Amino acid sequence: MIRVNGDPLDWREGLTVQGILEARNYRFPLIIVTVNGQVIAKPDYGTTRVPEGAEVQVLHLISGG
Amino acid sequence: MIQVVFDPSKVMDIDITKRTEYHAELDAARASRKVLKEVAFTPSLPDKGYTNRTLHVDVGSLAVAEKPVTQQMKDIFIGGRGFGLWYLWQAVTPQTRWNDPENEIVISSGPVGGITQYAGTGKSLVVTLSPQTEIPIDSNVGGYFGPLLKFSGFDALELQGKAERDLILFIDGQKGLIRFEELPDAPVDSHVLGEVLTRLYAENEADLVNISVVSTGAAADHSLIGMLNFSWFDKRRGCVRFKQAGRGGIGTVFRDKRLRALVCRGPQVKGDLNHPADFETLAKIGVKYHKEIRENDPHQCMMRRNGTAHIVEIMDAYDLLPVHNFQYGSHPETHKIDSAYWQSRCAQQTVDGCWYGCSMACAKGADGLVLKTGPYQGHMVTVDGPEYENAAGLGSNCGVFDPDDLLELNFYCDTYGICTITWGTVCAFIMECYQRGILNLERTGGLDLSWGNAKADLEMMHQMARGEGFGRIAGLGVKRMKALFIANGWGDPQLINDIGMENKGLEYSQYLSKESLAQQGGYALTNKGPQHDEAWLIFMDMVNKQLPTFEDKAEALYYFPLFRTWFGLNGFCKLPWNDVVPKGNAQQPEPHKIPEHVQNYVDLFSATTGVKIDKEELINQSARVYNFQRVFNIRMGKGLRQHDAAPYRSLGPVTEEEYLSRQERYDGQLRTELSLDPDAMTLQEKMAAHRQWRTGRFEKLMDVVYARRGWTRDGVPTYARLKELGIDFPEVLEVVRPLLGDPA
Repeated sequence: MIRVNGDPLDWREGLTVQGILEARNYRFPLIIVTVNGQVIAKPDYGTTRVPEGAEVQVLHLISGG
Repeated sequence: MIQVVFDPSKVMDIDITKRTEYHAELDAARASRKVLKEVAFTPSLPDKGYTNRTLHVDVGSLAVAEKPVTQQMKDIFIGGRGFGLWYLWQAVTPQTRWNDPENEIVISSGPVGGITQYAGTGKSLVVTLSPQTEIPIDSNVGGYFGPLLKFSGFDALELQGKAERDLILFIDGQKGLIRFEELPDAPVDSHVLGEVLTRLYAENEADLVNISVVSTGAAADHSLIGMLNFSWFDKRRGCVRFKQAGRGGIGTVFRDKRLRALVCRGPQVKGDLNHPADFETLAKIGVKYHKEIRENDPHQCMMRRNGTAHIVEIMDAYDLLPVHNFQYGSHPETHKIDSAYWQSRCAQQTVDGCWYGCSMACAKGADGLVLKTGPYQGHMVTVDGPEYENAAGLGSNCGVFDPDDLLELNFYCDTYGICTITWGTVCAFIMECYQRGILNLERTGGLDLSWGNAKADLEMMHQMARGEGFGRIAGLGVKRMKALFIANGWGDPQLINDIGMENKGLEYSQYLSKESLAQQGGYALTNKGPQHDEAWLIFMDMVNKQLPTFEDKAEALYYFPLFRTWFGLNGFCKLPWNDVVPKGNAQQPEPHKIPEHVQNYVDLFSATTGVKIDKEELINQSARVYNFQRVFNIRMGKGLRQHDAAPYRSLGPVTEEEYLSRQERYDGQLRTELSLDPDAMTLQEKMAAHRQWRTGRFEKLMDVVYARRGWTRDGVPTYARLKELGIDFPEVLEVVRPLLGDPA
């Protein structure tokens, strides 16, 4: 189990940041992702593996209007 | 992530220079032209962003007067919306109604407005007493008018009085002339009138770009929801384009004054017309920002390619797209009106902007639309946009997913002078009333206003433009329709009030707020009503979970409305602030505020005006105007807690279908938030529990937000807050004294 923006998400071996975004349907392009407080660069979303028990923050920057 | 890839091969083959032309209308207008009065003035350019004078025009007596801009005006009200509110305050009394001659329309750009070094700097702010809300409304609009007015010599234009016959007010900043004219044979609707007047007042082809026209259309004569079109001449298309001062019925006030149009002919725009205090710094900040746009935008929001419509599919994905009068947040047909479609439909193949130097350039045009209905049936036109709000409001919120229907609705809203956001919410309300039997064929005069019936939607709009039938009722707006339907006994009053999406008399803009308490406040705890330009907090609150406590939400509802107010004091567009972000933003403290861009604004203000400010003073500048506007509302008999009340549809599920569409979420909330067992409850019991919980927390939010803002529990700014801000003028204190008691 990991937590994404405070909510639980099932963890699986090999889960990447990209996998989390897809699982959560987070499709907004202006985001900042941190895993256990560490900022993950966008090019690394597909290769960064997320450890079990991680605290993941997907910060959607404000937009609209 | 959604990252729509642009495929040039999918762009429709449309000639952007082709459209119906209106030569006969131009000839007729020219032939009927009659000058009523001409007044000379001395054109001047700004010094450090200010011309230091404004223009007052009484359209009834045709009197013209110049006023000095005082240091106090600059210190307290800055410009733009601030100047508009200050002048309006002086012009009206608590008894003034929107259609009294003393009501004013004030147009002002702001000190930084008109610079060409940075993106999004060409805005005009328009302020008047709204026919919908009966309090001041402010609207932030692109196009060239505000900057050209300033470069002609005036920081603001006040329009007061009422003319006897339809008037054109022409301000010639090249020759130093103000002229009142009649053009009895001029066309009425903006897409023709703007074209005709631009060509009539330009002295040659090269002069076309120096003309900006402010106008509205036929519907503003017969409704309370009229808007104003602000034009600029698009050289590549060879036609006039428009941006809209949409909200609150400003176009209705304009027509009530018998103004047909304002025309400003400014000097040729150059980069230094504002005569800034520190041109080098402006240029440096601009170069840095333009590079950022060029490098980052293609990988971020693609504003240059898609404009604001890029969030249609985003809102759908996050269950935030208004569908069927804000009942639902997504729809399977959204792909028909998403940004991938608009990429192919907006065939300009290059970036597009509504003011010089804007590298974000998010304006778009859909060319080659052949109209199927109405007085311009068969004409080929260019439609600006659609912006996100238009696609969502005219589209999904009404169940319209045919893009050509959506464009035609957008076109007629624009040319008739109707706010697209307002019309979207008005029509969505009507369609839901039709769905629930509150309206029927007999009550609508034969219009089948079922979801998605664009033909009936258009016919209702044409009726409004003609001042006929049910269209005229639609033009009253949601608040007055609710009262009318209830008075007629057409349905359950509570249901009608719950689903009518208005607050203070203004219709909600196009985002679903019911799952974000902070956004419920962002809409309802506003000065002018539920427009998202004070605070858009849904991602912070609902998705990021950055605002877990009431105090966190209140802090956001303190900072963001003030930060965004500042754009309107200075002539800025909001979009360049946070629709692209700089590299390294993620490493900054509070990255959601885009701190580097906030610093840009601080530096742009200082470099233009020579007045050094910092981020804290930026917020203080806004706070003075924001709190003054709150007191202004109170002066007009509103502006208290009761006026911040929100319709229940904005807070939670009104109907069983709505509840069932999100049953898992709502049942879960009963368990986690209220310690109830939904399995042991009927649907009605669950809905009642939600209503009690949701309305209760909204009330608590009000308490905490008011406290953070320095207001009483009834929403009145305290003496201490007014003094702290330096707006404790005698006339301000006189307004709050009956509510606060005598100062200690």
